Amino acid sequence: MGGAGMTALPANQEAGATLRSPLSRAKVGMACLIFMESAIFSAFLVTYLYYIGKSPDGPQPLECLELGLVLVNSACLISSSFTVVIAVRALARGAMGAFRFWLALTILLGIEFLVGTGYEWWGLIEDKGLTLQSNAFGTNFYSLVGLHAFHVIVGMLMLVIILVLSIFGCIRPDRDHQRVDIATWYWHFVDVVWILVFTLVYIVGRVPQGAPAS
Amino acid sequence: MQWAISVDHKKLALMYIGAGLCFFLVAGLEAAFMRLQLARAENDVIDPETFNQLFTMHGTTMVFLVGMPILLGFGNYLIPLMVGARDMAFPRLNAFGFWLFIFGGLLLYFSYLGADGLYGAGTAPDVGWFAYAPLTSRTFSRGNSTDYWILGIMVSGFGSMTTAINFIATILCMRCPGMTLMRMPMIGWMMLVVAFLVLVAIPILTGAQIMLLLDRTLGAHFFDPETQGSAILWQHLFWFFGHPEVYILILPAFGFVSEIMPTFSRKVLFGYPLMVAATVGIGFISLGVWAHHMFVVGLGPVLDSFFGATTFLISVPTGIKIFNWLGTMWGGRLHFTTPMLFVTGFVAMFVIGGLTGIMLATVPLTWQLSDSYFVVGHFHYVLFGGTVFGIFGAIFYWFPKATGRMLDERLGKWTFWLLFIGFTLTFMPMHVSGALGMPRRIYTYEADRGWEIWNLISSIGVPVQMAGVAIFLWNAIRALRRGPVAGNDPWDAWTLEWGTTSPPPEWNFDRIPTCTSARPLWDRKNPEDPDAYYE
Repeated sequence: MGGAGMTALPANQEAGATLRSPLSRAKVGMACLIFMESAIFSAFLVTYLYYIGKSPDGPQPLECLELGLVLVNSACLISSSFTVVIAVRALARGAMGAFRFWLALTILLGIEFLVGTGYEWWGLIEDKGLTLQSNAFGTNFYSLVGLHAFHVIVGMLMLVIILVLSIFGCIRPDRDHQRVDIATWYWHFVDVVWILVFTLVYIVGRVPQGAPAS
Repeated sequence: MQWAISVDHKKLALMYIGAGLCFFLVAGLEAAFMRLQLARAENDVIDPETFNQLFTMHGTTMVFLVGMPILLGFGNYLIPLMVGARDMAFPRLNAFGFWLFIFGGLLLYFSYLGADGLYGAGTAPDVGWFAYAPLTSRTFSRGNSTDYWILGIMVSGFGSMTTAINFIATILCMRCPGMTLMRMPMIGWMMLVVAFLVLVAIPILTGAQIMLLLDRTLGAHFFDPETQGSAILWQHLFWFFGHPEVYILILPAFGFVSEIMPTFSRKVLFGYPLMVAATVGIGFISLGVWAHHMFVVGLGPVLDSFFGATTFLISVPTGIKIFNWLGTMWGGRLHFTTPMLFVTGFVAMFVIGGLTGIMLATVPLTWQLSDSYFVVGHFHYVLFGGTVFGIFGAIFYWFPKATGRMLDERLGKWTFWLLFIGFTLTFMPMHVSGALGMPRRIYTYEADRGWEIWNLISSIGVPVQMAGVAIFLWNAIRALRRGPVAGNDPWDAWTLEWGTTSPPPEWNFDRIPTCTSARPLWDRKNPEDPDAYYE
C-alpha cells in the first residue's frame, strides 16, 4: 500500500490529481477508537447523572466518598499525561534513556492510581458497606469508576508493551516516534475521561439523596 | 484454509455476505414457522414458548447477523475497489472484526442447544429483539438464555465497531490520487456516515448490555424497578442505539441504489452534492429521534412533541434522496435489468414504508397503533422492501465483478417478481390487521375478530418469497459453475471497480489508478470527452 507506484498522468489532466490524502490512517484509526470509547463512557456517565439523588436507602455518596485519597490519585493520573508527553519528546530527540525514564514514571503514576483506587474501594466495601448490590449509587459508582479503571489498565498495557519493546531495542526514534505518540493519545483520553468521572462522581454527585421513591 | 487465514478485504467481504445469507435463510425459516402458526385462528402448530423464541431470534438475527454483516460485507468489498486502494486501512483488524461477528452469531445460535431458560435446557432467547426490562431480569428470565443474547450481540457488535473504524480510515486516508471527497462514489459517503453511526450507536448498546449483564450476574440495580432501577432507562439506551441502527441498515442500501440507478439509466446521479448533504443530515438527525419508539411510555407532551417533530424532520433529507433518484431516472435510457428492477422496487417499497413511518411519527396515531401489526408492516417495508431489496440489487449488480460470471437474467427476473409479489402479499395486509387491532408478538388469536383473512394472505405470501429465494440460490450456484464469463465491465459502468479484472486480483490494481472526475472509467473510455470538463 505505502510503496504503491503511481501511474504517470497524461499531460492534459490537471496537476492536482497527484495529491493524496494528507491524513495518516493510524491517526484516524486511533481517533475513531477514542470516539467509540467516548460513546461507551457517555452511556455510563449519562446513567450516573440520571441516578444522582435517586438512592434514598443504603450508603450515601456524601458519607462514603472522601476527597483526600482520590485527589492524590487524580493528581498522579493527570500528571502522568505530562510525563508521557515529555517521554514522547525525548523519543523524538532520540534520547532513549530519558524516554525510558519518563515512560516508566508514567507507568508508575498509573499504578499509583490503580492501587489508590483499589484501596479506596476496599475502604468503601469494608467500612462503609457500599457494594455493587447495595443501592443505585453503589451500582453506578462501581460500574463507572470500574469501567474507567479497566481503561487505565488497557492504556497501561500499551505503555508497558512500548517500554518492554524499547528495552529490547525494538523502538527506533526516527521510525517509531510518531507511532508511540499516537499510542499515547489513548492515555490522554483515559485522563480526560477521569476528569469527567471525577467531576460527576465526587463533585456533582455528592449531594443529599431525595426522599424514598414512592 | 486460505479463506480462514485471509486478510484480503474481498475474501472477508465474500465470507461476510455468505455467512449473512446463511443466517438469512435461518431467520427466514423462523419467520415462515411464525406465519404458519398465524395462518389461521387458534392454530396449534407451534406452542407459545417456541413462538416467543422464534420472534426474538428472527428479529435479532435479521438485524445483527443478516443486515449488518451483508452491508458491512459490501462496504468491505467495494470501498477499497471504488476509491482505488489495494486493501482496507487495517487488513488484520478487518479479519478480526469478521471473526468476532462469526463467533457472536454462533454464540447466539448455540443457545438453541446449550442455553438454559425458563423451560429447561435448549431455550433460545425469548425476550424480544429489544429485550425490555424488567422482562430480562433474573426474576422473569431464568437460566442463561438472555445472557446468550447479550453476549452474542456484544461480541458481534465489537466486530462491527472495528469494521467501522476501518471504513472511516480507508475512506479518509486511502483514496487514490485525484479522488477528492466530492468525487467519491456515493456509496463511499453512505458508508462513511454508516461507520460514524456505528461508532456512536453500537457502543451505547454495548454499554447498556454491560449494565444488564451486571444486573443479571452480579446483582446490580440498573434496570430493576423493584430496587431503585429504571426500566425506562433501558428503553432510552436501547433506542438511542436502535434508531440510528435503522439508518445503519438503510444507508448502505441507499448507496447501492445511487450506484446502480445511474448505470442503468445511462445518466449521472442527479444532485450529487445535495445527496451528500442529505446523507450527512440523516446521520445527525437520526441521533435525535429515538424516543419515537417510546410514545406509549408516557414521557409527557413536551418530549413526545419534540421526538415527533424530529421524526418528521428526518423525512425531509430522505425525501430529497427519493426525488434525486427519480431525477436520475427521468429522461434516462432505462435498462430494466435485474439489479435495476430491484432498486426501482426498492424506491417504491421504501416510499410506502417511509410514509407509514410519517404516520407513526404522529403521536396520537402511535398511541392507537403502537405494538400492532401496523408497525410490523411498516418496518418490514423499510427493512425488507428497502434493505433486502437493495441487497439483492447489489448482489445481482456486483456478482459478475466478484466471481467473473454472470447471473442468469431470466431467473433473476423470476426472483424479483416472486419476491416482490410475495413481499406485498405478506406485508401489505399487516397494515390492515394492525389497524383492526391485532397486536404483534401474539402466538395465536381468536376467530371472529376480522383478522383471519389478512393473516391468511400474509401467510400465503411466504411460500412465494421462498420460491424467489430458492430460484436465486439455484441461479447463483448455476452461475458459479457454468455462467457466461462476465468480463471486466459487463454493465458499461463508470466507477473504478469495473476497471480491474473480474474477479479482481488480490492487490486490486496493478497500478494505483488516478482520477480527475467522479467517473474515472468514463474518462478512460471517452478520452475525447472527459467528465472533468463538466464538473
